[in-house]
Amino acid sequence: MAYLVVTFFAIFAFWMGNSGHYKPLMLGFAALSFAITLILCARLKIIDREGAPYVRLFGWLAYYPWLAWEIVKSNWVIIKACLRAELDISPSLVKLKTICKSDLAKVTFANSITMTPGTVTVEIEGDKLLVHGLYEANTQPEAFEEMDRRCARAADPAETPA
Amino acid sequence: MTLAALFAVLLGMCLLLVRALLGPTLYDRVLAVNSFGTKTVLVIGLLGYVMGRTDFLDIAILYTLINFVATIAILKFFRYRSFQVPLARRPEQAARGGDSNG
Amino acid sequence: MAEFFALIGNTWEIVRFPLGGAACLLGAILCIVGTIGVLRFPDFYTRIHAASITDTSGAGLVLIGMALMAPHWIIVVKVFCIMGFLLLTSVTSSHALVNAAHTAGLQPKIGPMGRSVHEEDEEDRH
Repeated sequence: MAYLVVTFFAIFAFWMGNSGHYKPLMLGFAALSFAITLILCARLKIIDREGAPYVRLFGWLAYYPWLAWEIVKSNWVIIKACLRAELDISPSLVKLKTICKSDLAKVTFANSITMTPGTVTVEIEGDKLLVHGLYEANTQPEAFEEMDRRCARAADPAETPA
Repeated sequence: MTLAALFAVLLGMCLLLVRALLGPTLYDRVLAVNSFGTKTVLVIGLLGYVMGRTDFLDIAILYTLINFVATIAILKFFRYRSFQVPLARRPEQAARGGDSNG
Repeated sequence: MAEFFALIGNTWEIVRFPLGGAACLLGAILCIVGTIGVLRFPDFYTRIHAASITDTSGAGLVLIGMALMAPHWIIVVKVFCIMGFLLLTSVTSSHALVNAAHTAGLQPKIGPMGRSVHEEDEEDRH
């Protein structure tokens, strides 16, 4: 039930932020579309822990600013690699082992790796990730340990030790 | 300044078309088309600012989502040669034998 | 105190348009840089790194510039909607792309190349 309420508030905020018309007729149409959307979501059975992950909202709010700074730093490296007169790269494939337990945490971790320029997740199998990186020195498994820890803390808070 | 940014993004799109035409493999072409779509979103938004009609941002939101669906659809088609294949299936449905049209 | 806030508000109203324009221009230039990378890099797996510059910092800076120049708060909300969708979907589609290429058996080029190619260690580790 709480997931339904959270989904309703998300849809409500999205409508309010995108519409700009607050006449009674428009609000009536809005209420109608909210009802239809929620009924369809309930029929599809997608209102669950992954559909409305509000419990992890604060963890993600703490995590994504850190990730943004990481993205800025690695962007600079890749921009230099693109603009250098001579090509100077050493691509490599690395296998990682993650400490994330739940699917949501693994997806957050793989997404963060892909979002950081210079590294991209090729494959996930169980708790092993195959990562392709542009620079061999930046793609050692130790480079991802902090991101892994922060993802585990952000997305599955219950299972992480300390 | 917005106009200059608009033309810069358009120049980037022209260069990407070169990669889409040259690309040795299918995946290079799909990558170019996907990046082209991202730049199209930016062009639509910047065009709205240049013309003073920021309603164009609604179209940009739609184009973002359509671009994603298009990329996934292209990849799915070239993997399975059909759009009729389910990409993922819930475990209980797989156990029941796949009557997925509930 | 109210005058101070009014001063800050007025200054912000003057400053935000050049700032937003500069952010838009910088983002657009980063888009071109990413495109140059897509044209230059040797194989598919390295090209996708260059494309991710366009998706993260290029698009992000252009959209931040648009948010700074927004005439109304609803425009800001829309711009941040675009940014959220763009970050989520471009990352997912580039992962789908790489995964499809890997599943189809496209082999990445591994090892140093370019300037340090005189060492000639073409180790095929995949």
